[in-house]
Amino acid sequence: MKLESKTPDAPLDEMWSTHREHLRLVGPRNRSRYRVIVVGTGLAGASAASSMAAMGYKVDSFCFQDSPRRAHSIAAQGGINGAKNYRNDGDSVYRLFYDTQKGGDFRAREGNVWRLAEVSTNIIDQAVAQGVPFAREYGGMLANRSFGGVLVERTFYCRGETGQQLLLGACSALAQQTRAGNVKMHTRCELLDIIVIDGRARGIITRDLVTGEIKSHSAHAVVLASGGYSNVYYLSTNAKGCNVTATWRAYKKGAGFANPCFNQIHPTAIPASGEYQSKLTLMSESLRNDGRIWVPRHEGETRDPNSIPEDDRLYYLEERYPRFGNLVPRDVASRNAKDVCDQGLGVGPNGRGVFLDFRDAIKEHGHDTIAARYENLFEMYSRITGESPWDRPMRIFPAPHYTMGGLWVDYNLMTTVPGLFAIGESNFSDHGANRLGASAMMQCLADGYFIIPVTIGDYLSRHETDDVSGHPALQDGVLKAQQKVDQLLAINGTKAVEDIHRRLGKLMWDECGIIRSKTGLDHALEELPKLRDEFWNDVRVAGTGKQLNQSLEHAGRLADFLEFSEVMCRDALARDESCGCHLREEHQTPEGEALRDDESCANVSVWEYQGENNTPALHHEALHYNELQPTQRNYKT
Amino acid sequence: MSRLASLYQSSLGKKFIVAVTGIVMIGFLVGHVAGNLKIFLPPVDGGPGVGMQPDIDYYAHYLREIGEPLLPATAFLWGARLVLLGSIILHVICVIQLSTQSSAARKTAYASRKYSRATPPARWMMYTGSALMLFIVVHLLHLTFGAFGGGFEHGKVYHNLYDAFNNVLWVVFYVGSIGIVALHLYHGVWSLFQTLGFDNPDRNRGLRRMAAVLSVGLFVGFVAVPTAFITGIAKAPDHIESSEIAAHQQDENAVENEEKE
Amino acid sequence: MKFNIKVWRQANSKDSGKFESYTVDNISGDTSFLEMLDALNIQLTKNGGDPVAFDSDCREGVCGMCSMVIDGQAHGPKPATTTCQLYMRHFQDGAEITVEPWRATAFPVVRDLVVDRSAFDRIMQAGGYVTVHSGPKPEPNSIPIEPEVAEEALDAASCIGCGACVAACPNASAMLYTSAKVSHLGLLPQGDPERKHRVLSMVEQMEGEGFGSCRNYGECEAQCPKEISIKFIGMLNREYLQANLLDQANPRGKMSPQ
Repeated sequence: MKLESKTPDAPLDEMWSTHREHLRLVGPRNRSRYRVIVVGTGLAGASAASSMAAMGYKVDSFCFQDSPRRAHSIAAQGGINGAKNYRNDGDSVYRLFYDTQKGGDFRAREGNVWRLAEVSTNIIDQAVAQGVPFAREYGGMLANRSFGGVLVERTFYCRGETGQQLLLGACSALAQQTRAGNVKMHTRCELLDIIVIDGRARGIITRDLVTGEIKSHSAHAVVLASGGYSNVYYLSTNAKGCNVTATWRAYKKGAGFANPCFNQIHPTAIPASGEYQSKLTLMSESLRNDGRIWVPRHEGETRDPNSIPEDDRLYYLEERYPRFGNLVPRDVASRNAKDVCDQGLGVGPNGRGVFLDFRDAIKEHGHDTIAARYENLFEMYSRITGESPWDRPMRIFPAPHYTMGGLWVDYNLMTTVPGLFAIGESNFSDHGANRLGASAMMQCLADGYFIIPVTIGDYLSRHETDDVSGHPALQDGVLKAQQKVDQLLAINGTKAVEDIHRRLGKLMWDECGIIRSKTGLDHALEELPKLRDEFWNDVRVAGTGKQLNQSLEHAGRLADFLEFSEVMCRDALARDESCGCHLREEHQTPEGEALRDDESCANVSVWEYQGENNTPALHHEALHYNELQPTQRNYKT
Repeated sequence: MSRLASLYQSSLGKKFIVAVTGIVMIGFLVGHVAGNLKIFLPPVDGGPGVGMQPDIDYYAHYLREIGEPLLPATAFLWGARLVLLGSIILHVICVIQLSTQSSAARKTAYASRKYSRATPPARWMMYTGSALMLFIVVHLLHLTFGAFGGGFEHGKVYHNLYDAFNNVLWVVFYVGSIGIVALHLYHGVWSLFQTLGFDNPDRNRGLRRMAAVLSVGLFVGFVAVPTAFITGIAKAPDHIESSEIAAHQQDENAVENEEKE
Repeated sequence: MKFNIKVWRQANSKDSGKFESYTVDNISGDTSFLEMLDALNIQLTKNGGDPVAFDSDCREGVCGMCSMVIDGQAHGPKPATTTCQLYMRHFQDGAEITVEPWRATAFPVVRDLVVDRSAFDRIMQAGGYVTVHSGPKPEPNSIPIEPEVAEEALDAASCIGCGACVAACPNASAMLYTSAKVSHLGLLPQGDPERKHRVLSMVEQMEGEGFGSCRNYGECEAQCPKEISIKFIGMLNREYLQANLLDQANPRGKMSPQ
């Protein structure tokens, strides 16, 4: 597998403009002869599909939901970064680049990160022009807030629903192009496979979720915007439908999968409450600004939290990190929460939770100030748990939230399969080993509005506008997909799909979650094939393939998660260092801090499929640091 | 005109027509109740040849003369009647079409249904409206055309009212019908502001109160008449029309007839 | 807790459908309504039955996918709450709960509790956008927007497109949805140039989809999980009448000689 990053040979700040100037173009009259498939309608997919359609390409857009607007980008709460320096607080493209690269623990390509920071300002302009109602100040200017522990205020927001508003903006453009006939929208339609003809991605196989019809779609290029894979943990903050299928199928067709072990665990989610818990709900991290995190100091504490005296409370973050206290970075907070729970000090059902207490903040600042800051979050918490944060400490626990890993792409966002592009969370490109707050949406929109519409032209211009819709590979793809569906339906065992998914989730959470170790990962790699066998022998998928069948959909996705999880564990095992979200028990400082190995691990690990039942091959793309030299984080002093 | 026609194509346009015709009819009702309340006024001198007569009779006569001499006699009255009739017809046609559209919009009913905001008066609009249609017909037959006999005499409004409202059944019928009018207006009056786009959160409370006050006010105003007659607060017509006056009037009529001839 | 669930079963859009009753037991109060249905489905799967199809995705009240009428109310008895954020602690132990799909001609049932809401998408496609291409755009601060106006636009734009308004409306009208979409862009300066086309086209599309007419019940607002105000319906009416009656039909027409 050749990993050519195609990073332009130019100074960082001129890289993107130089690159754009040298890309080949498709003339306006020729664009309509090219057909592009876009899978997924989140921020990346919707913005890419609408932008390309507006340029004149013929676009087929696919989503498994009943409407493009429901993609999970809609749930992003906090905001979107833009290096506008509206606050005159010293922000710049360089600073955003710096924060992103440092936040990613120096495991991303400098060129990509710089471009992301550079394009960030255009995104804000674009969104406002579309009618996204960002918060404004009294004078009518755009408002900003600080987010994710950075030292500047550069985050633009619409209350707690920034993702929704940005997605509605992108989907409105998509709607217009659909009406204009430039986009053909396929809703409730799920990708089952990718078709590669003569070494190029030329189409996809889909299942119409309503009629069950399995069909092929041909095109001149395929863009995956299918999101991340946090649902490998079963319980995550992702939507129920989020899955790895599209990227996994791409992997099996020859696309390299990069850094699969990098997944961000968010420290402040509402803990799982019981057996049937189906997902975790995120609470804004801003709660840590005033709340104090603690657990009972002694195991087996049975008293009501309010009556536990100060001496019996363990404010573990404040004790361990006196300088940053409760405001340590996400991964440190998550790790420590797991640590105290593993010691048996956890609170709530299953002992999987820690207290986030506002008692002292209310005492200090008064009820009104706290209400002004957090009332909507308190309300959300009590809606879900039935408990009021005013009366008793909240319970929080880390939850899988975002995956930095994804398909390996070059500077043009093309995977190792020519004609197959990956954008948004589905690629690995910009966040390194950990993602800065309020940067996910930024990357999706940068990819979709500004990068892919330009880079895809370069690829398309080098290829004919030939039609492969009659190619036998497509019929073959339909046949194989149909066989897999039939196979799933034929198992007719005794277990529900949820049961096995939940067990997969627990295994991955325990062995490949917040803290990973060689023993644990080895254990997981032993268990996973067993679980996969159990799935293929004992699951029961009710109903038929010729109807809306949600068990079948879930089973298909789980089948791919069961295969994918193995590569994830292998990657965690192979990455013999701790960095960003990835903490290997073997690699920590005596104080329990992550220990990076820039000597031998300053690279991207890329996995190549080697056929069924064969160990995948591991390749490395070396990372070069020209602008920023890696530094070790230190939150202790 | 073409704009109105295109407006009529949509449910929003039909609602607009319902609202505007509703305003016409509310205007009529306000005028009507104002006229009705004249039964409480003392008799007036109807002028030479008429002499003293109940104020309401004088008013009824006056309605026929509005616009004279610019317009021919009763032209205004008929004009108003046509506008009203047109409004009712448009109102009813639009409402029937809207209602047909709405029932086609949900063919399977819910097995279980709980409303938290849709008030009964709002949900009963079609029923109250249909009942009002019936009421209008009966009311016209009764007190305009005198189709139910009794002692009905054209032009003698007070007399006819007295006659009708000494009958408990008529009183019950009218009070009940006016109650339905009030229910219809309670929703209709606020609703029309919303339909015309005049309502907003600043005005909403005021408009809703106005709707309530208007419907209750009209109810009280209209009900005052039958109540006054059946309780005897409004005196019998012969108290006002003394035999002398009646005789005098007969003479005048005779003179008038002679003149015409 | 234990519940008797009376749920609508319908194999596909052509099937006539009927209610079936099931019992689910050992449900904690902290289980969400959808998780309770998950539990029912696992139970059905293990007993050889067919699970109940229902839509859900984000399960945090924002994607607008979940859609069911619970005991006669869209998204169930709790105001300002989507089904996914409705918890079983709000029900009496042992209660019988009736679960039905959104019922509207414009939202045909696909299966069980799943309905087809593509009519909403077509309304959006008819005009719910500002025509802009991707690329360099003017500096956003060059058009100041009063914060109150931006917030009001956001109030409208908070609509999650779940269709509860249609389900709740005694007339199955889509006025609240359409008005929220029209008002969101109509309130902002960016939406101004296209306002006339937008309102006329979106209303026309709405009418063509087979929704009922608005009778100003206000039931949509009461059952809307995002509490979108019916003031936007007033705004839509005004905008529509303005476009139809007051705006020049032919702005570039010539004056005729006397």
